[in-house]
Amino acid sequence: MIRIKNIIKSFDDVTVLKGLTSEFYPGKTNLIIGRSGAGKTVLLKLLVGLMRPTSGEIWYDDVNFAELPPKEVRAIRMKVGMLFQGSALFDSMTTQQNIQFPLDMFTNMTKKEKQKRVDYCLERVSLEGANDKYPSEISGGMQKRVGIARAIVLEPQYLFCDEPNSGLDPKTSIVIDELIKSITVENNITTVINTHDMNSVMEIGENIALLYKGELAWRGHKDEVLDSDNQILQDFIFASPFLQRLRRAALDKG
Amino acid sequence: MRTVFSRPEKFSMYYRETMRQMNDIGVGSLVIVCLIMIFMGAVTAVQFAYQLDGTLVPVYYIGYVVRDITIIELAPTITCLVLAGKVGSNMAAEIGGMRQKEHIDAMEIMGVNTAAYLILPRLIAAVIVIPLLVSIAAFVGIGGGYLSTVPTGLMTNEEYILGLRSFFVDFNVVMMFVKAFVFAFILTTVSCFQGYFVKGGSIELGQASTQAVVYSDILILLADYVIAIVLTS
Repeated sequence: MIRIKNIIKSFDDVTVLKGLTSEFYPGKTNLIIGRSGAGKTVLLKLLVGLMRPTSGEIWYDDVNFAELPPKEVRAIRMKVGMLFQGSALFDSMTTQQNIQFPLDMFTNMTKKEKQKRVDYCLERVSLEGANDKYPSEISGGMQKRVGIARAIVLEPQYLFCDEPNSGLDPKTSIVIDELIKSITVENNITTVINTHDMNSVMEIGENIALLYKGELAWRGHKDEVLDSDNQILQDFIFASPFLQRLRRAALDKG
Repeated sequence: MRTVFSRPEKFSMYYRETMRQMNDIGVGSLVIVCLIMIFMGAVTAVQFAYQLDGTLVPVYYIGYVVRDITIIELAPTITCLVLAGKVGSNMAAEIGGMRQKEHIDAMEIMGVNTAAYLILPRLIAAVIVIPLLVSIAAFVGIGGGYLSTVPTGLMTNEEYILGLRSFFVDFNVVMMFVKAFVFAFILTTVSCFQGYFVKGGSIELGQASTQAVVYSDILILLADYVIAIVLTS
């Protein structure tokens, strides 16, 4: 479980996050949503330690991550997997080498054991046999799946996904969402997803935190979205006239 | 800097990366270094022969001057200026590209000490391979001097060899290796720094790559002067 308490992050005179407090639960898909510039990416970077908060606490179970020295931060990070918006696969490495990199760096597994683990991860993301492909030889959706495979190869306790659906068609987005959700449930991982994809919100949003101008505007479950009278949430989720009509129709039909 | 020299997560990974860098820096630069040094040696010999023409200075001095100027100055300085352009800009662009594509962030989140993993192998490879390249460059430069004078009839084979064997001071070789080692350290650290801390897009990456070369060159020439004063005083 991850808890953040009164997180403030400022860049010079601009305060991007203004005292955020929230919780992210294990075994659930925790979503951070909000408009561009709301502070989602900054929050995710704070959570994984790529940035330090100006003030506030970030608790990984019973460890205050925000106050750890760099050496201990690295130890925590070995329990963390992350899927980047652009996948961040190493271009000069094959799929196999990309997924195997954390195993090479941090484990003393034999070659056979590593191969078995890589094959399992590839199978888990439905990419069996893609071991020798380079990132440039596979599609965006496949790159995301390789990114997920690399993120889970060390069996992390915490999984962070930055815009996992960006640049993907709706069908592939659903596949990625379902994959992340099933991995989360199977391994009881604390998964935090940064997204502004409405399909994801309505499909896998078990613990949604809506950010608005650096503050927590709404928190709840996907089932509560439709009924909520929070204007910021409604303006964000049902942004287009088509979606507004759809919502009205759904509410009319009960 | 302290982070760069901290304990590696896994020695075998760092060893593998160091070997790759040694190959890239050494084997990858051998041809260009030899090509430049053969001409540098040749031009030095021809121009010194031109200056000696009509004087009472023995002609075998050409070999002596080419040897010493190559060992003391041309081989370490010219080689490292060339390598700052070739290897330094490559390091800055490679690491800067990794920063922009979030590869460095990805490694950081895995728990990798990226400053150490990306810089230390390059630094170790450079301080081992560049002095070797410089010593090869010295031989090639002297060979270039030979090719431009003996076959063309400016002097005989015996005169050139006599020049090479005259007034030899072995400390000059020590000076060459000191320079090579220091210059290798400068060009690697400056280039890696420029790449590692790059911000922005492709324009900034290009600027970082250019700055890596410019700053390395300036610092190499400055260090050359300081070493010359310190070691010859």
